[in-house]
Amino acid sequence: MKRKRKYESGAATAFITRNQALRKLQLSLKDFRQLCILKGIYPQEPQKLKQATKGSGITRTFYFVKDINYLSHEPLIVKFRQTKRFMKRLTKAVHKKNDDAVARIKASRPKYKLDHIVKERYPSFIDAVRDLDDCLTMCFLFATLPTSFSVKNRSVQLCRRLTVEFQHFVITSQALRKVFISIKGIYYQAEIMGQTITWIVPHKVGYQQPSDIDFKIMRTFVDFYTTLLGFTNFRLYHSLNLHYPPQLQLAGEKDETETKCLKSEATEERLAAMTQTLKSMVTDNIEDAEVDEFPVGNPDDPDFIEKAKLESEKLNQFQNLFKGKKFFLNREIPRESVTFIIRSFGGEVSWDKSLAVGATYQESDESITHQIVDRPSVEKQFLSRYYIQPQWIFDCVNSQMLIPVEDYFPGVELPPHLSPFVKEKEGDYVPAERKQQIRRQQGIDSGVEEDDGLMDDDDDDDDEDEEEEAVEEEDDDEEEEEEEEEEDDSDENSDDEEEETPKKSKKAVKKPVKTPKPAKKPKDMAVTPGSVEKVNLNRKVQQQEKEEKRLAEMMIPKKKKRLYQTIVKSQTRRDTKIQQLKEKRKVINRRNKLAKAGGE
Amino acid sequence: MATVAAKRKISPVEEIDINEGVNLFVDEPPDSEDDDDTTDSDSSEYSGLEDEPDTDDDDGDEDDEEDDDDDEDAENDEDEEDEDEDESDVEDSAEETSSHSKPTNQEIVTAEPDDKEGKITQLPDEYEYDSSDEEDIRNTVGNIPMEWYRDYSHLGYDVEGKKLLKPEKGDELDEFLDKMENPDYWRTVSNKLTGQKVLLSKEDVKIIQNMQKFKNPVGSDMYEPWIDFFTNEKMIHPVSNRPETKASFIPSRWEMLKVSQMVHALKMGWMKPTPTRKPDEEDETNFYMLWKDDEEPEITRQYRQYIPPPKVRLPGHAESYNPPEEYLPSEKTVQRLKKEIARGKTRTIPQKFSSLRLVPGFKYFIRERFERCLDLYLCPRQRKVRMNVNPDDLIPKLPKPRDLQPFPTTEYLVFKGHKGIIRTISPDPKGQWIASGCDDKTVKIWEVATGRCIKTFNVESKVKGVAWNPNPSLSIIVVAVETSLIIINPHVGDKLICSKTDLLLNSFEEVELPPAPTDKPKVTEWELYEDAEYELGFRLKIKHQREISQVTWHGKGDYFASTMPKGESKSVLIHQLMKRRSQNPFSKPKGLVQCVLFHPIRPFLFVATQKYVRIYNLMKQSLSKKLLSNCQWISSMAVHPGGDNVIIGSYDSKLSWFDLDLSTKPYHTLRHHTMALRSVTYHKRYPLFASASDDLSVIVCHGMVYSDLLQNPLIVPVKVLRGHKAAKGLGVLDCQFHPSQPWIFTAGADGTIRLYT
Repeated sequence: MKRKRKYESGAATAFITRNQALRKLQLSLKDFRQLCILKGIYPQEPQKLKQATKGSGITRTFYFVKDINYLSHEPLIVKFRQTKRFMKRLTKAVHKKNDDAVARIKASRPKYKLDHIVKERYPSFIDAVRDLDDCLTMCFLFATLPTSFSVKNRSVQLCRRLTVEFQHFVITSQALRKVFISIKGIYYQAEIMGQTITWIVPHKVGYQQPSDIDFKIMRTFVDFYTTLLGFTNFRLYHSLNLHYPPQLQLAGEKDETETKCLKSEATEERLAAMTQTLKSMVTDNIEDAEVDEFPVGNPDDPDFIEKAKLESEKLNQFQNLFKGKKFFLNREIPRESVTFIIRSFGGEVSWDKSLAVGATYQESDESITHQIVDRPSVEKQFLSRYYIQPQWIFDCVNSQMLIPVEDYFPGVELPPHLSPFVKEKEGDYVPAERKQQIRRQQGIDSGVEEDDGLMDDDDDDDDEDEEEEAVEEEDDDEEEEEEEEEEDDSDENSDDEEEETPKKSKKAVKKPVKTPKPAKKPKDMAVTPGSVEKVNLNRKVQQQEKEEKRLAEMMIPKKKKRLYQTIVKSQTRRDTKIQQLKEKRKVINRRNKLAKAGGE
Repeated sequence: MATVAAKRKISPVEEIDINEGVNLFVDEPPDSEDDDDTTDSDSSEYSGLEDEPDTDDDDGDEDDEEDDDDDEDAENDEDEEDEDEDESDVEDSAEETSSHSKPTNQEIVTAEPDDKEGKITQLPDEYEYDSSDEEDIRNTVGNIPMEWYRDYSHLGYDVEGKKLLKPEKGDELDEFLDKMENPDYWRTVSNKLTGQKVLLSKEDVKIIQNMQKFKNPVGSDMYEPWIDFFTNEKMIHPVSNRPETKASFIPSRWEMLKVSQMVHALKMGWMKPTPTRKPDEEDETNFYMLWKDDEEPEITRQYRQYIPPPKVRLPGHAESYNPPEEYLPSEKTVQRLKKEIARGKTRTIPQKFSSLRLVPGFKYFIRERFERCLDLYLCPRQRKVRMNVNPDDLIPKLPKPRDLQPFPTTEYLVFKGHKGIIRTISPDPKGQWIASGCDDKTVKIWEVATGRCIKTFNVESKVKGVAWNPNPSLSIIVVAVETSLIIINPHVGDKLICSKTDLLLNSFEEVELPPAPTDKPKVTEWELYEDAEYELGFRLKIKHQREISQVTWHGKGDYFASTMPKGESKSVLIHQLMKRRSQNPFSKPKGLVQCVLFHPIRPFLFVATQKYVRIYNLMKQSLSKKLLSNCQWISSMAVHPGGDNVIIGSYDSKLSWFDLDLSTKPYHTLRHHTMALRSVTYHKRYPLFASASDDLSVIVCHGMVYSDLLQNPLIVPVKVLRGHKAAKGLGVLDCQFHPSQPWIFTAGADGTIRLYT
C-alpha cells in the first residue's frame, strides 16, 4: 500500500497562491489581473488554511487550482502575449524615431473580442440579466465621464449608446418599478425577465475626477461590461421584436439639427432624447396573450386565480400610470431621468425646442396636463395644466398611483421623499409619511384630508409612546422603592435600641408614608394612619419574569453565549435607534404644531 | 592685424563691465582716481574715431573728440614702454578702415593666438610673473581693489617693476568746467586700472543701452541680410566639380540580397502584405444573438459553482435627497460622521435639499464604483447560511425559580457593629446565634432573630477564621487569630449546655503518652486561660508556628483542622479537642493550601491547594482522589452534606461543581460572577448553594442532588442577592446558610452582616 504523505491531497492541492499562478500562467501581474477581471475569477478563502499553506500558516491570496487551469486555456492569454510583443516593437521603433515602422506596427495592434467570455460566464441569458446591476451602473457612470487620458472617448461613446439602448428597452417593455433620488444619484429598479435589477445614475453635475484611482481596472471592467450589455441589449430587443440597433418609428421626420451635424450623430441624439417610440419589426401589433390563462402555483384554487388576476390588473394599471398625460419639462429639470421615468409609464414628454433635440411639442400646447418646474415661481402660467415639482413624478411611481399634486406646487415645501427599497419588518420604525403612503395604496385615505391623516398618525405614535412611558415610569417607581427600602434599613440599624417590630407589619406601615413623600421622616416616633397597600400584580409578574430571564441567561452554555449576546446586542441597538427616531419625530411634531398655532 | 583691431573694438565693453558701466549715465563724474591703461583707451578711441565719420553728423563733436584724443595721446607718450605698441595701434587703425565691417567673434577667437605670440616676442617674461587673463597688461597689480592705492602717487607697477604714476587729475573746478564745456562728458569714463579717461563711442553707448534694456548688445546686426548662397534657381554648373561615385550608378548588392530574401519570404508565405486598414470597421462592435436557445442544457456549463456577486445594499430613507426630518443627524452626529468620512468609514451624511436642482454631485461616486470593482475581483466569495435564531431558544430550559422555593429572596436584617472588614462568620448548630470575626480584632456573637450583638470578645489581632462547633450539645467557638487558635465558650443560649461544655473541657486529664522522640518538636502548644480571661469565656489557646488562615470542624465536633498556607509540610494540622493534641497528617508540603474540609460522613479530608483539590482517606492514610479545578487560584470550597459533590470558588470568578462519582473534572462551571469569588457554601438541609463575590453579589443557586446515581445534579440559579457596599476593593467575603432555615448570612467588607430570608 502506498504511504499517505502530508499535503498531497485535499486543501493542499486544491489551492494555489497568486504568485504560483502567475508563474504557471507565465503572465505579468497586470495581465493576470486583467484576465481575472474579464473571466470573473476571484480568490478563494480556504477553510483549512493550515492545509492550504502546507503548514506554514502564512495568509496569502489563494485561487482554486481548477480556476487557474481553466485560465490557462484562455485564448486571451495569447493575445496578451502578442500585445506585450507589440508594445516592445512599438517602443523600439518609437525610440529609433523610425516613423515608418511606428505607423506600420501601430496598424497591427492585436485586438481581442470578449464575446466568448460573455457566453462562458453567462451560459444562459437569465444569468446575464441577473448580474446586470454592476454592469449598468458602471456603464451609466462611464457614459457621463469626460474623455481623458485614462478614459477613452470610444468607450464613453459606446457606454452612452448602450445605456440609451437599454433605457429604450425599459421604456418599451415598461419594466421600471421603483425610482429613488438619493444624495448619491438616482436609483432605478426594473424588473426584467423576473429579475430585479437596480442601477444608479449619478446626478448630472460636474464632479472632480479622483487622481488616486486606477482607471485601468475600471476600464477593464467597462470593456467587459460593454460587451455584456451590448449582447444583452440585442437579445432584449429581439424579445420585443424591435430592431437592433434601434430605429425610431418616425425616422423620416426632418429636423433642422440634421443640417448642422452628421446624420448619424443627429439620429443618435434623437434616440437619446427618448421621446419617440422605437420601430418594431412586426408591423401589426398583436395584443398580449391573456395573462390569466395559466396562473402559476395551484391552478385549482379559484381564489388564487382571482388574486393573480387582480395582481396583473394592478400591474397593468401601474405600468400605464402616466398614460394620456402630457408633460412639459422646464429647462432646470434633469431632462434625461425625468423623461425616462415618464416615458416608462406611458406618458408623453417634451421640452423647449431650443433646449435639446427631440422636443415633440411646445410649451404653448394646450393639451399639456403637467408642467414640471423646479423654481420657486413661474411667470406665465397656463390654467389648463398643473405646475408641479419633479419629485411628484418619483413619488407617484413609488406609491404606484397618482398622488394629489397640491403638495408639489412650485415654491411649496416638499413632503419627504421616501426610499421605496425599505421593507418594513415588524417592530421597525415607520415614518408617518410612509404610513400615509401605505394607507393611500390601500385606498383608505382619500388624500383630501391629508393633514388630518398626518395628525392621526402622530396621535397613534403618541399613544404607543405613552404606553411605553407608562412602563418606564413603573420601572422608575421600582427603583425608587428599592432605594427607599435601603434607607429604611439603614435607619433601623442606626438606632439599635429601637424596638424590633416584625418586618412585615412595618412594611405595611411604611408604604402609605411613602406615597405623599415626606421630605424627612418625623424624628419622634409617631404612627401615621395606614392605608391599604396597592399591589400592582401585573407589574410584579413582569418584574419576576424579567428576573427569571436574567437568571436563566446565566445558564446559557459558553458555546452559545457569544451568539446570544450578539443577537441581543444587535436587537438593543436596533431598538435604541428606533426609539431615537421616534423621539426625534415627537419633538418635530411638537415644534410643527407650535409653529402652526403661532401661524394661526 | 585687422583681427586685432576688431578685438579691440569689442574690448571696451568688457572694460566697462569691470568699471561699473552703469554709472555712465549718471551725471556725476566717475571716480577719477584711477590711471589710464593706454592700450585700451587707445583702442576705444581709435574705434570711435573710425566709426564716427560713418555715423555721426556732428562735425564739431568730432573735432572735440579728436582734441581729446590728442591730449591723451600726449599723455600716452609719457609712458615710455608703450611707444612701440602705440605705433602698432596706429597701424591697426589704419587697416581697420578697410576691414571694419567684417570681423565676427569667431575670427577674434582664432586670431588671438597670433596676437599673443606677437606680444610674447615683445615681452617674453610677461606671463612668468603675471597670471592674469588679460591679454594686455600695463598695471601688474592684478585684480585688487584700487582703493588700496588711494593715498599713493602711483597706481601700481608695470612689468618691469617701475611705478605707474597716477595721471594728472584736475581739481573739482576743472571737473566742473569739463562737465559744463565738454559735450562728451557724459560718455567719458575712467579706467580704474590706469586712471585714464576713456571716451565711449556711439556704438559702445548703443551696446550699453541695449544691454540695459536686456536686448542683444550687438543690436540690429544680429539679422544681417541673408545671402542666398545656394540659390533655388537651377544652376547649370555643379557647385563642385567632383565626379560621381561608382556606387551611385552600380546596383547595390546588399539591396539585391534583401529584396531576394523578401521575395522568397513572400513566395513561402512567411511574409504577408500589410492589410489595408479600415478604421471604421475595426472600431465597430458587432453584437449578435449570443444566447440562441436558452432551453438547451449547457454542456459547457461551468464546472464549478458560480457564486454571483452580492448585490449592493439598497438605500434607506436616510439617503434620500429630501429625507423625513427625523433622519437628519444632529450637530454632534454630523461632526462624528465627518470624521468617519475623513477616515473613509462612511461616505454620506444625511442632508435635506429643498429642491432637486440644488442637489450637488456626489463626490465619492467614482471612488465607490472603484471600490466595488476591487471587491468584485479581489474578494473571496462564500455562501453563508444566515441563521435565524430566536434568542429565547438559546436559553436552556430549566425549571422556574418560583417552583424551586424556598430560597432566600429578600434582605431581612443587617447586623451592624463591626468597625472593619468582616472576614468570617459562623452560625451555631441550632441557628440561634451567629459568630463573626472581624479585622477590628473582635469576635462578636449576634442573635439571629433580632440582629443584636450579644457578646464581644477582644483578641490580640485580626480574626481570620471563626467556626462554631457543629455538635449542638457543646457551645464552643474556635477562632483563628494570627498564629494561634483560641477556643471560646461563648456562654450564650442554654446555660446547661454551657456549663456542661465547661465541665467537659475541664475534665481533661493529661494522659501519659509514650515519650515522643525529642528531635521532633511539638507542632503546637496548648495553653489554658486563667482568671479574668477565663471569666470572659476564653478557654484554650493553641499556638502554631505560622499564621492560620482557616479553621474547620469535623461533623462530630471533636476534631478540627487548621490551615497555614505558609506552613509548608505543616500547613494542615488536625486537632483533637478532648485529648488536647495536634497532629500533622502530611509529611511533605503539598503546595499552598487554601482550605481544608472534613467529609461530613466518611473519614475523608479535602485539601484545596492553588489549583487542585486532594481527597485523603484518613483511615487508610492515603490519597484517594485528586480533582482538577481548571481555574487559576482556588479561594474556597464546600462539600455537599451528602459528601459526593464539592463546589469550588476561585479568584478568577468561576464556580466549579464536582461530582465525585462522575469524574475529577468539573461537572459544571458557572461564570456568574464578574469578580473574584470569596466564599462558597452548601445548605445543610435544602438543595441550595451560594457563592459570594467581590462584585457585591451573592448568588443563590438550586443544586439538587438526586439519590439516583444515573441522574446528574440539577443546577439552577435562583436569586441574586445584593446589598453590600464595596470597601477597600473587597465585596462580600463570607456567606453561610442558616443550619435549618433557607436563610443566608453574608459578611461584607463594609462591616455589616446581612441576613436574607
